[in-house]
Amino acid sequence: MALTDSQIERYSRHIILKEVGAKGQKKLLNAKVLIIGAGGLGAPAAMYLAAAGVGTIGIVDADEVDLSNLQRQIIHGTSDVGKAKVKSAKETMNEMNPDVTVNTYRQFVTSENIMDLIKDYDFIIDGTDNFPAKFLINDACVMAKKPFSHAGIIRFKGQLMTYVPGEGPCYRCVFKNPPPKDAVPTCKQAGVIGAMGGVIGSLQAMEAIKYILGVGKLLTGYLLTYDAIEQEFHKVKLPSHTEGCAVCGTHPTITELIDYEQVVCTDGLK
Amino acid sequence: MELAGIAIDETVDITDKVCPLTFVKAKVALDELEDGEVLAIRMNDGEPVQNVPRSVKEEGHQILKLLDNEDGTYNLIVKKVGD
Repeated sequence: MALTDSQIERYSRHIILKEVGAKGQKKLLNAKVLIIGAGGLGAPAAMYLAAAGVGTIGIVDADEVDLSNLQRQIIHGTSDVGKAKVKSAKETMNEMNPDVTVNTYRQFVTSENIMDLIKDYDFIIDGTDNFPAKFLINDACVMAKKPFSHAGIIRFKGQLMTYVPGEGPCYRCVFKNPPPKDAVPTCKQAGVIGAMGGVIGSLQAMEAIKYILGVGKLLTGYLLTYDAIEQEFHKVKLPSHTEGCAVCGTHPTITELIDYEQVVCTDGLK
Repeated sequence: MELAGIAIDETVDITDKVCPLTFVKAKVALDELEDGEVLAIRMNDGEPVQNVPRSVKEEGHQILKLLDNEDGTYNLIVKKVGD
């Protein structure tokens, strides 16, 4: 399928790049990326992927847009408050780029639905805000052999890493198990600087785009951390794929997906 | 088709574009070709003829000839290198 004149113009700054060209742009147009969470991370990731012409983008989120989301979730506007986040996100992306097919899934990921959600996608973006979802996404992607980008943001800090089957450690190789209940505050309780989602979510979009294009190095085997107070990035080398990992090791002990208990916000947490 | 005795596999007309879309349109046409195939790019005098041949060369392709059509346009004949 040849690029149309308007596509050549729309994607001209991509096509000019030696690493992209018309072939790379067609790869993007044929690619399918699933974004889990249409919040602080998912919003910029979805917008950059839509603008880039990633042909099929799925968005999973059960929530509605809340006024307190708007400080960072830039895909939603003031008039979207009360609307399903997936609907609001789809409207923004459709307006940005009619080349993109946006599939919406108004649900939270669970052990019951996640395998079905990820199965048709080439790359998954974890834009969730809680550990049960992060471990679930990791385990499901390991089992389904799907590459994904993990990220987390809180206060003035952010981090991300990329899992590609067979090419490095998974999230569980590094973090083993969810932290004990109440050990780590959620960003609801701790706060997060709005632009942090922009920095880290855009880096997740960059990982997805580079994976699709097959260009450069990904954050496989590395954790990239960002501290906005110190204005410092660190690229931390991770231990290589762990033979003894409970999910991606040689003899996995986790063979079924787990729905960890969601930590409930309590007043005692600060 | 033949131009100045060179067999042409494909042609593209970029006289309706301005920079940088001149080069982008030429590049898209080159991307569609196989290694060794020959493309004739029709372009306007002035900025396109100054810049497009250089950009095409920087991409690693081989310029075979620049023909002056004597109507304010040129035909740049390029052999694609690589896939």
